[in-house]
Amino acid sequence: MSAAESMGADAVGLTKPAATATTPRKKMLELDDLHVFYGAIQALKGVHIEVDEGEIVALLGANGAGKTTTLRTISGLLTPREGEVRWRGERIDGVPAHHVVGLGIGHSPEGRRVFPAMTVTENLNMGAFRFKSVPRAELDRVFELFPRLAERRTQLAGTLSGGEQQMLAIGRALMGQPKLLLLDEPSMGLAPLIVAQIFDIIREINEQGTTVLLVEQNAAQALRLAHRGYALETGSVVLSGPADQLLSDPKVREAYLGEGA
Amino acid sequence: MSTTTKERDLAPTGSALARLRTKRWYQQPMFGRLVGTVAAAVLLDVMSGPQGSREDVFFSLDKTLGSLRVVWWIIGAVALWAILEFAKPLYNRYLAASVGPLERFHAPVTGPVKGLIAQTRTTSANLRRILWVRIGFSAVVIGLLILLPNVLSTFWNQVLVNEVAIYVLLAIGLNVVIGWAGLLDLGFIAFFAIGAYSTAYWTGAMPVEPPFTLNAFLVIPVAVGTCLLAGLLLGAPTLRLRGDYLAIVTLGFHEIIYLIAKNADGFTNGPRGVQGISNFGVHIGVLDYDWELDPVPYWYLLIGIATILIIAFLRLEHSRVGRAWTAIREDEVAASATGVPTVKFKLMAFAIGASTSGIAGVVYASKARFISPESFLLLFSVLVVAYVIFGGMGSLWGVIIGTAFLAWLPQYMKDWVNPNDRFMYLGALLIVMMIYRPQGLIPSVRRKRELSMAKAGLGDADAMSEPAGGRMT
Repeated sequence: MSAAESMGADAVGLTKPAATATTPRKKMLELDDLHVFYGAIQALKGVHIEVDEGEIVALLGANGAGKTTTLRTISGLLTPREGEVRWRGERIDGVPAHHVVGLGIGHSPEGRRVFPAMTVTENLNMGAFRFKSVPRAELDRVFELFPRLAERRTQLAGTLSGGEQQMLAIGRALMGQPKLLLLDEPSMGLAPLIVAQIFDIIREINEQGTTVLLVEQNAAQALRLAHRGYALETGSVVLSGPADQLLSDPKVREAYLGEGA
Repeated sequence: MSTTTKERDLAPTGSALARLRTKRWYQQPMFGRLVGTVAAAVLLDVMSGPQGSREDVFFSLDKTLGSLRVVWWIIGAVALWAILEFAKPLYNRYLAASVGPLERFHAPVTGPVKGLIAQTRTTSANLRRILWVRIGFSAVVIGLLILLPNVLSTFWNQVLVNEVAIYVLLAIGLNVVIGWAGLLDLGFIAFFAIGAYSTAYWTGAMPVEPPFTLNAFLVIPVAVGTCLLAGLLLGAPTLRLRGDYLAIVTLGFHEIIYLIAKNADGFTNGPRGVQGISNFGVHIGVLDYDWELDPVPYWYLLIGIATILIIAFLRLEHSRVGRAWTAIREDEVAASATGVPTVKFKLMAFAIGASTSGIAGVVYASKARFISPESFLLLFSVLVVAYVIFGGMGSLWGVIIGTAFLAWLPQYMKDWVNPNDRFMYLGALLIVMMIYRPQGLIPSVRRKRELSMAKAGLGDADAMSEPAGGRMT
């Protein structure tokens, strides 16, 4: 996909309303009966997840439920032992990670993982590694989304605050001009105010036409942002549905929102 | 009884806590430096004193530490330490506030240069100007290097070629692997051996006849190809391994190549080595020249090869490839997630290093005309790694200067230090260096940043360690 084409897609995305029940569903990503192992330990036990074009989908669950494993499998960092990952109808499980990035799936990994000794700009340029030269328009867009990063463009990433590093990790994933953005716990270890800011930006990114698959422990906020949600428990999906429905589900309220039944 | 020990609170309180808080006088960095300086003085005393005798094991220590000269060394060291410790604050307090005499002296020179550098950061027209300054400076350095053999004796010219230039070439290659891609290769001399034996084979010096013989110059591309292939064959299955395993695999690879050279009698002539490898020569039309016994022409040849490689590697460092290596070094998982084909780029660094080592092997074999397995001991692999680390991993200039210095030093000490002891002093120098300046002689800005970040628990600084949060394969 050339830069020009994807710019066009972005322009379309700007006018397109966020996915609702009324718009016809267009499947983007499908996980079908996914079984993933770390050596002898099974991390995913038959996971089914679907992501439609234009959505924000939240993936909830406690520590060790398999959320991060799911994202790593999608982005090609892990290969499933059984099951399929389908991107727009075609199988991509087992495709090496750098080719998955080329398909238009951007991954902002758990724990941010910015390149600590590179400057902010250098980090963002790394995000555009799949292109021969760095797309200026994309860089400008990221700096527009995150003015904080623009102020610190020559600062070393390792010296940024946690929130700024998270912004940089998201920005770096955006530099690859993804159609689907995988975000792994963007709220991890951040103050509530910063989390709110970052979630606002995620909504803005989505409104500009990027589909988002969001992994979160912070269930209440994630569900308020997302269109649909899935809940994982020890490697399987235990609940799924529209976000507002999940938010009012007593089981969800008990298990993830810390309220008594 | 057992319950009382279990219940005893191990946390320090009161006076114990106060004792832990106070730093004793010898724990202050200032006195740490004093101990270091005195230790260095004692070492220098032993080094420069009378050397060992077969009859008396402690002869050397007896003569150096048992006489008055050690006292003078220590007094000198303490004086040096005192000047550095106490004169510096005084200088800062009284002289640095006004324009210091030192600055007044060098300002006319450094001022415009600093201005030029500051300007170049902003405008692109000046970028070209600084490029020309760099080219001019490099030309002057190369010119001086070309003239260097004229002021040296034949002995030093031999050292210049056999030790300094060959090791610098090796270090430039290993710097790509260790310094840029962050992979620890402990078997680098294996590729050097492959290059050398390729030369022997293709010039028809081995017991096995080649299909046709080649000029030593034409062996260079062949050896590069062979080493590239060997590098890929070794790297493809092993670069997926975690870094410390890679180090062991390369160590094993070195031993395999060494033992093949030693034991495959019919092919490599075994421990007797190969003789009569032909020298470099050019015979094209009017050009008719042979490199023979004189080391000086080899020096020019090596300067040529090194210049080409340095230009190529500098371009590589600042290219997309260089950025990929940096990303892999700093965080391999993040690099992978941002679309860097990590295995491909690691393999590339490995193969580039291997082929550089091969080129050095060709020049070495053709110059020496004789090679034997003993020219490719594991010691030399370890030495090249030490030279690269000493010079400053990832800094091309640091690596070149550091290697040249360390390759020159043992030869320089030759006349007054027992040859058996030379590596002992080299080892001591490396230990001191690693304690006081772990980033190397002339560190690369980026590596220095990475080391300080890694110290603070951020990122990896090399592709060796298990990345934080686990590796994904």
